[in-house]
Amino acid sequence: MAASGMANVQGMAEATGAGWRDRLLSAGARCALPVYVLLAAGFLAPLVTVVAFSFATPRSFDAFRSFTLANYAAIFDPANTVWLSFAWSIALAATAVLILLLVAYPIAYGLARVFGRWAGLISLLFVFPLFVSENIRLYGWVLFFIRGGVLDGTLGYVGLSAPDVLYTVGATLFGMVYVYLPFMLFPMTLGLSTVPRDLIEAARDMGASRLQIWREIELPLAMPGVLIGVLLCFVLSVGAVAEAKILGGQSIIVITHDIEIAFTYAQNWPLGSALAVLLMLVVGGLTLAVIGRIDLDRILGRR
Amino acid sequence: MSADALGPAERAQRRSDRLIWTWTLVVVLAIYLPILCGLLASLSQGRYFRFPVPRWSADWWTRTLESIEIRLLVQTSLKMAIAVTLIAVVVAFFGALAYARYDWKGRGVFQKLVLLPIFFPQPVMGLALLLWFSALGIQLSWQTAVFAHLVWIVPVVTLVMAIQMYGFDPALEEAAFDLGASRLQVFREITLPILWPGIWSGALFAFLLSWGNFPLSLYTTGPDTAVPEWLYAKMVAGYTPMVPALGSMSTIAAALLLLVAGLALRLRRRRVSP
Repeated sequence: MAASGMANVQGMAEATGAGWRDRLLSAGARCALPVYVLLAAGFLAPLVTVVAFSFATPRSFDAFRSFTLANYAAIFDPANTVWLSFAWSIALAATAVLILLLVAYPIAYGLARVFGRWAGLISLLFVFPLFVSENIRLYGWVLFFIRGGVLDGTLGYVGLSAPDVLYTVGATLFGMVYVYLPFMLFPMTLGLSTVPRDLIEAARDMGASRLQIWREIELPLAMPGVLIGVLLCFVLSVGAVAEAKILGGQSIIVITHDIEIAFTYAQNWPLGSALAVLLMLVVGGLTLAVIGRIDLDRILGRR
Repeated sequence: MSADALGPAERAQRRSDRLIWTWTLVVVLAIYLPILCGLLASLSQGRYFRFPVPRWSADWWTRTLESIEIRLLVQTSLKMAIAVTLIAVVVAFFGALAYARYDWKGRGVFQKLVLLPIFFPQPVMGLALLLWFSALGIQLSWQTAVFAHLVWIVPVVTLVMAIQMYGFDPALEEAAFDLGASRLQVFREITLPILWPGIWSGALFAFLLSWGNFPLSLYTTGPDTAVPEWLYAKMVAGYTPMVPALGSMSTIAAALLLLVAGLALRLRRRRVSP
């Protein structure tokens, strides 16, 4: 269908006398152009600048004019403990993703199969928090967990007091799971809705058990969506900083916090850039590896 | 049909459906719990929050509404969100056409490149933009923050619109051309009305995402301050109950906007297809 549409679009364009433009750039390419310009000026160029700064003389501002590996050497120096921030960020992100898989899967399944006419409303309830700044929501949890706060006060009715969970690593992890839930839920739901119901019915009629159906039909077919969710949540939480600052109370320093310190208080842009480049390598490598394998038309278009 | 008449498979199915419902409702409650806590804190009288709330008062709400500083913040945030919406809708509309409507040689690559800014940690992107602006010698202001928001919001809105465009049947446009309609006529009479719901939801996403964005604004607004930035600064140092009050107001405003827009869309749909 798409191919015939293409032929028709071209035929139509020539009929209206726009043929010369199509020879220069196809209709699709012309439409993509503004987005490409934006991405080049707002995404690619800043990243190139960061890479350039990462090779500049430490504590200087002369990117593109000096070349040194000193910043990377400083990071990989065994005396430097910045690797700890990297390790924390990656460990927290990986744990958050695992928890999110467990939390989101039943809900995604429900949205794709069980909720029927309620699915729209329930999705809306999960979308809405995205429009509320994450620091407002995280601060709400501070008010919940803080001594004398909602949890403490509620437990006070039965003569208990709340455990000290605030300003710990656990609280940071909790914040990540909380903030990134929609990013796991929606790709997963899209993936699960691509699984044809007839296929599951057929497998059941032929005597497959629920576990077999899940392992051999549902999961493989929903995998692209699940993978996108995993990737999205991992890359976003590996670069997250608000959770560690607001809920974690800086009990640990995550990598983005280190980068931010280098850019602000320390005024060492080249060092911050080198850290950012390492983070970008992790994020970019994973993203390209996963996105490269996925057929987006199938997930988004359900054709 | 009584429960006894169901086979064991159906009964297991029902039980698992019930579990899924329960779990979903628990998670929904957990999602709105902190927003509720903020509301409680903004409506209690004392400077420091205690639960159960000893004395209720709307004092912090009135003070927040009367504050000139906060009026300026809201103006800045609104200005940014409106600018982002206007630009993002136009750019993303064409982006979505390229994404879902036309079949062209570079489409597969385009679809993947558009996703990259979404799959990128925003604080790092904000810092990268800060570096880029200063390398170019551009003074930071709310306008640079609008640009920063666009880098992330245009791809999101492109996706939102593209999902809707997949359902668009090109045959309708071709039929209009065959009947002798001009390019502009077809666009105005066929393409736009069909794609309107997608454009509408894309605009809503653009506005609300810009309104609530914090990590990009933090590094790119320069001397101007958006609402989420101010809230964050006060959370870190100098808490006042105006923080939850403004936070709650901003949340309620977003919810109202979503509600009104949803109703408008529903009304329109009813009118188009009675």
